[in-house]
Amino acid sequence: MSTLLASIGAAVLGFLAAIGRLAVFTGQTVSHLVRPPFYGREFGNALLQIGYFSLPVVGLTAFFTGGALALQIYSGGARFSAEAVVPQIVAIGMVRELGPVLVGLMIAARVTSSIAAEIATMKVTEQIDALVTLSTHPMKYLTLPRVLAATLVMPLLVGVGDIIGIYGGFIVGTERLGFNAAAYLQNTADFLEPLDIISSLVKGAVFGFIAALMGCYYGMNSERGAMGVGRATKSSVVAAAILILAANFLLTEAFFSA
Amino acid sequence: MIELTDVHKSFGSNNVLRGVNLSVPKGESMVVIGGSGTGKSILIKSVLGLVTPETGTITVDGKDVNKGDRDAFLARFGMLFQGAALFDSLPVWQNVAFRLLRGSLKKPKAEAREIAIEKLRRVGLTPDVADRLPAELSGGMQKRVGLARAIAAEPEIIFFDEPTTGLDPIMAGVINDLIREIVTEMGATAITITHDMTSVRAIADKIAMLHAGKIRWTGPVDDMDASDDPYVDQFIHGRAEGPIEAVR
Repeated sequence: MSTLLASIGAAVLGFLAAIGRLAVFTGQTVSHLVRPPFYGREFGNALLQIGYFSLPVVGLTAFFTGGALALQIYSGGARFSAEAVVPQIVAIGMVRELGPVLVGLMIAARVTSSIAAEIATMKVTEQIDALVTLSTHPMKYLTLPRVLAATLVMPLLVGVGDIIGIYGGFIVGTERLGFNAAAYLQNTADFLEPLDIISSLVKGAVFGFIAALMGCYYGMNSERGAMGVGRATKSSVVAAAILILAANFLLTEAFFSA
Repeated sequence: MIELTDVHKSFGSNNVLRGVNLSVPKGESMVVIGGSGTGKSILIKSVLGLVTPETGTITVDGKDVNKGDRDAFLARFGMLFQGAALFDSLPVWQNVAFRLLRGSLKKPKAEAREIAIEKLRRVGLTPDVADRLPAELSGGMQKRVGLARAIAAEPEIIFFDEPTTGLDPIMAGVINDLIREIVTEMGATAITITHDMTSVRAIADKIAMLHAGKIRWTGPVDDMDASDDPYVDQFIHGRAEGPIEAVR
């Protein structure tokens, strides 16, 4: 019995210690926002890598999801003669929920993994130590540009994802389900409220922050060797995905339950 | 002068440094020898603040390395890492001129590039290497780029961590000669970590042997062969039999 309690205690302590380390890392990252020097070139590169080069994956994911959503709503709505709600539900579903969450998860898969693997490899090959010896703070040079870029560019990606997702629903609605194009667009525009769009973009910023932060945190804390890099990459994606889904619930609660 | 006094460092139950005392006078080339895993790299990383010792003091010119302006302190150092530790995403010249492109030593880009090319030439590399990425270079060339980066800002103190590991004997000889020339030319204080005895004889003014977490023996390179210390004798002659256990 005492062994069991000790194991539970050790696990709880370990979990709390991990939360503490992550909190300290987050605080350090944010604190560098107001402490020069700033590395503009690294920030620009991060914007390009996280934002521009993620557009294809974001666009494709949103398009197919919007199309599938239209079909699902149509067939589900038909059970109680509510097929006409397809434009409205696709719009609200994409903007409030699926757009930010799917873009967040795709960014976790594409960007978090890439950041974690890159920084972890830099760590095991002593490039992080080399940065320090060259009077360059690794948090300023590696972490802050990536986290800041992801936080700023993710609302744009989510906005693009929302639009393409709605367009996917529009294509399926008009080409496959026989909706009138003008009426579809009118219904979509009429039904969306400013709060829907604001919540979508805020979620995007929060998810971007989480995705980049997790990549940097696990990369910086990677263990040695190929296995260490692999483990850091895997853990970063899992942590980012879970935290994005948890943050999505909390933000949804905050925006729409008040 | 670099001075380490009673420096201890552990990783979990592994007591790597157990009271290291070492003095390296200004302008001297000190080579630290010792078996693999004896904490040689930890020793120089402690001086740079990359690793924080549990106890003991480390001073450079009488000032504690963990106090004062870190940037000004680090600006005095250059380091060649074991695997060169070049930044994959940057071309060679930007690796060499890294310190000259940002921070307190920042220079205009064209001037920084010119200095980088000059340093590359100094280590025997032609200017056409400057725009290549590190991954496009051989191991020996990467080491030389690392060496060019270490000397780019003309530091007062240079650390070399296993400078010839993984190189063929000819390239190792080239690197050894370069290090000796650069240290003599620049009048820099140098600490080199190695277990390559050819490097030791080519680079060292003085030698310190690290064993079981302490400096076992220290003295001029010329006295090394006449040392009556059985540990030094076994190490420099590469004998399997002796007081140092072959299985560690």
